[in-house]
Amino acid sequence: MSLSAEILIQTIILLPLLAAVGVMLTHRHPNIREAISLIIATSVFILVYLLYQQVISGQTAMVNWITLLPGLTISFKTEALSVLFALIASFLWIVTTLYAIGYMRSHEEQNQTRFYAFFAISISAVMAIAFSENLFTLFIFYEVLTLATYPLVTHAGTDKAQRGGRTYLRILLGTSIVFFLPALIGTWALAGNLSFTVGGVFADNTSPLLLAILLVMFVFGIGKAAMMPFHRWLPAAMVAPTPVSALLHAVAVVKAGVFTLIKTLVYIFGLDNVSALVTTDFLLYLTAFTILASSLIAMGQDNLKARLAYSTISQLAYISLGVLLATEAGLIGSSMHIAMHAFGKITLFFCAGAILVASHKTEISQMAGLGRKMPITMIAFFIGSLSIIGLPPTGGSWSKYYLLLGTLETQHWILMMVLMVSSLLNIAYLLPIPIRGFFPGKAAPKSANSSTSIEEAPLAALIAIMITSLGCVLLFFFPQSLFELAKMVGVTP
Amino acid sequence: MLNHLPILQVIVPLLAAPACLLLNKPRLSWLFACFAAVISLLISGALLYQVQQSGVISYMLGGWDAPWGIEYRIDLLSAYVLLIVSAIGTVVLLAANTSIRQEIDEDKQSVFYVLYLLCMAGLLGIVATGDIFNVFVFLEISSLATYALVAFGRDRRALLAAYQYLILGTIGATFLLLGIGLLYSLTGTLNMQDLAERLPVASESATVYTAFAFMIVGVCLKLALFPLHLWLPNTYTYAPSIVTAFLAATATKVAIYLLIRLYFSVFGADFSALPIQPIFIGLGLVSVFVASTVAIKQPNIKRLFAYSSVAQIGYMIIGIGIGSSLGLQATLLHLFNHALMKGALFLALAAVVYRIGSAERSGFNGLAKQMPWTMAAIVVAGLSLIGVPLTVGFVSKWYLVLASFQSGLWPVALLIVIGSLLSIYYVWALVESAYFGKAAMPSNVSSSSAANLSPIKEAPLSLLIPIWILVLANVYFGIDTRLPLEASATAANFLMGGGS
Repeated sequence: MSLSAEILIQTIILLPLLAAVGVMLTHRHPNIREAISLIIATSVFILVYLLYQQVISGQTAMVNWITLLPGLTISFKTEALSVLFALIASFLWIVTTLYAIGYMRSHEEQNQTRFYAFFAISISAVMAIAFSENLFTLFIFYEVLTLATYPLVTHAGTDKAQRGGRTYLRILLGTSIVFFLPALIGTWALAGNLSFTVGGVFADNTSPLLLAILLVMFVFGIGKAAMMPFHRWLPAAMVAPTPVSALLHAVAVVKAGVFTLIKTLVYIFGLDNVSALVTTDFLLYLTAFTILASSLIAMGQDNLKARLAYSTISQLAYISLGVLLATEAGLIGSSMHIAMHAFGKITLFFCAGAILVASHKTEISQMAGLGRKMPITMIAFFIGSLSIIGLPPTGGSWSKYYLLLGTLETQHWILMMVLMVSSLLNIAYLLPIPIRGFFPGKAAPKSANSSTSIEEAPLAALIAIMITSLGCVLLFFFPQSLFELAKMVGVTP
Repeated sequence: MLNHLPILQVIVPLLAAPACLLLNKPRLSWLFACFAAVISLLISGALLYQVQQSGVISYMLGGWDAPWGIEYRIDLLSAYVLLIVSAIGTVVLLAANTSIRQEIDEDKQSVFYVLYLLCMAGLLGIVATGDIFNVFVFLEISSLATYALVAFGRDRRALLAAYQYLILGTIGATFLLLGIGLLYSLTGTLNMQDLAERLPVASESATVYTAFAFMIVGVCLKLALFPLHLWLPNTYTYAPSIVTAFLAATATKVAIYLLIRLYFSVFGADFSALPIQPIFIGLGLVSVFVASTVAIKQPNIKRLFAYSSVAQIGYMIIGIGIGSSLGLQATLLHLFNHALMKGALFLALAAVVYRIGSAERSGFNGLAKQMPWTMAAIVVAGLSLIGVPLTVGFVSKWYLVLASFQSGLWPVALLIVIGSLLSIYYVWALVESAYFGKAAMPSNVSSSSAANLSPIKEAPLSLLIPIWILVLANVYFGIDTRLPLEASATAANFLMGGGS
């Protein structure tokens, strides 16, 4: 506790970079390289936790780095949502590193040093995003994150990976250049201030029409939130190795997207303004459409990772919907869903990777009967699925409850229906996988013939899977501290 | 000594040029040229400092007073452009020795440095002088040197390109001269400061408009504004790589300086005979879109970045067309920033040409394995070209979009950002082939044995160091933006305030 919050923030951002350097220096010794990754990941989490304790006791801290352009600084600040996001990302970084060690080794991936290095750089960018004091800083690291994850997406170097990487860059850079950047500059031109401020930065007499346009530009511009029609990068990014899909494309990158959205809506526009704008309803129904459409597409995907990707798009839209509702319950639901979905989806991706490593299966139709051979993986998959669907005893039920409450409070009956229907769809596309895994039915003889040597995934990966699935359950029984944190969002500076 | 700096700025490279000829040993000439370039860089640094401290420097050549004698006039704008030209000129020259030894016959190498210094002296002279006829003279010096430099290219098409450039460049210079003549007949002065004072008195007659039109078109030809850009792609493609790097980073920048000087200082921004601002914005946008689109499919990477230069010049013209102080600042920033990006990119291409002999796209396949540092330089400079944050490209784009917002030109802002998307396409296609492309040799099977067979190695340090100086400058000035920001802001305000 002797460390001041200012030092903590900077260390949290810089330590992962140190990890990247360390990883590159020790590339000849895989054991040391991975030990460095693990140790630094753990220390980052501990530091974030120390910071969390300070924030929860009401302290805030701010760090200015440099003034990039007059009036526009790179600065960092503690805030409830920042800490929430940083806690999840740093904790899951440890778990993912553990998982990656098992996965990458048994999969015999090439260029593992580059993989760990860019992974660490990405985490550094995520931490900088989390603690950004203003939208300008956030935008800068948002772009850095896009570029730092590109080598991870194209890790395999195959034609398919290149194509995926191209879509990834085209959509993420494209939306941010065409919508996000002009919206940012427009906000700067209108308000003269990009600092995150409780209640928003715009003067009361700002033209509502301009604000409405800016709102749409922000929602489309933050492509990492994967709002339709700018969602295609996420399935494309699934060519990456599974640990990348798990941490970055189920947690860090996509959550950076919705995090940016929440920050912008809450601290740049102010939720009171958001609810009054003419385009808010349009955006709400667009999120609703995204939720349903991507769930429906997910049902048709036979590739497990593709199905999970579309499921992620749908769940991200839940979060966007919650904050666009612009009520306290909606905001709490969104904030909590960041955590809940993170744990649920990372579990599912870990399982998908474990199945791939152990059995070399990527298609759902081949997975019948797999539960007998990989019971732990399949049970974890079942728990993760429950959390995504929002059923007790998993954490997802809390966030879904608050999101529903938000639609009820604002009397958006159609949106409420959409959430209900979507939960049914979630059941339909997720639960059959573990169920058929244990009760293969007619498909059993086929799979029994194919191979008999399938066993559980490597131990390191298995431990990671157990940790995250346990997390899903624990978050159901002990959601209080998360709830406290979510409640502080948008209230305290 | 110190108060003679304005003329020394031009004289040093101008006199060093014949001295190089006398030395007539390639390596010695190079060292001597570098020495002269470094001195002129120091002078330009000192000039910028002086101007920032004590305002405009006016230097009377030979002690003859202003309207009669030739005046050298260094204001913040000139000092800023002088610094750009001499800094890039020096860094490129540092790399020249290695690259030129391979691209030019040995007996011509000394002459190369002579011409290089002459070209540099001409460009510096255009910027330093306050006399409009002097501008024409220096323009011719630099242009003639350039034609010869381009003709040095190994490819025989370089001769045709040089000839093409000679014709078009001469037309441009003649137009400028016609304009100067008309103005002189009307006002009886050639001093730009004096002209600016007398022009409003001389009533806005048809003669002034004609002079204005001639001069603007002439300069736009030199700066390769669409549709007067046709000479540029060929010239950049077939010239020796070092010359391309030098020209791309300095020659067009000086032409833009000249446009700003004529438009804002001599005629005054409110000289509104023609709807020149919408024309600038329109042509600028067309440049951006047409040139970027054409760039995407180019099989030759030098030509690709040549078209990209045309597009980037479009951005600078848009900034002038916006007509506010902020827009002008955006142009000035991009002047600086684009010099850094294109200097780095073309130098990196020079390194590629040095190793594989051409800049064809097919040669880039898998090159990142063999030339990791060169390719990393292309990636960073390419990101800067796209305008990614923490690089200089972001700073100029920010100001350009902000300027169009503040002038209420929302559609222009939108078109600017959409146009910059195109740069992602052409930069990334190159990055992909360098990092994922399969090399022509069967080196992807067993990398260890292929590495021994492979003749392609990383570029020598004598090329890498200048490349990385420019690349790091791209990043440094993208983070610590004070120098270009302050200089451009003050210069823009000065021009908008003093020029009207």
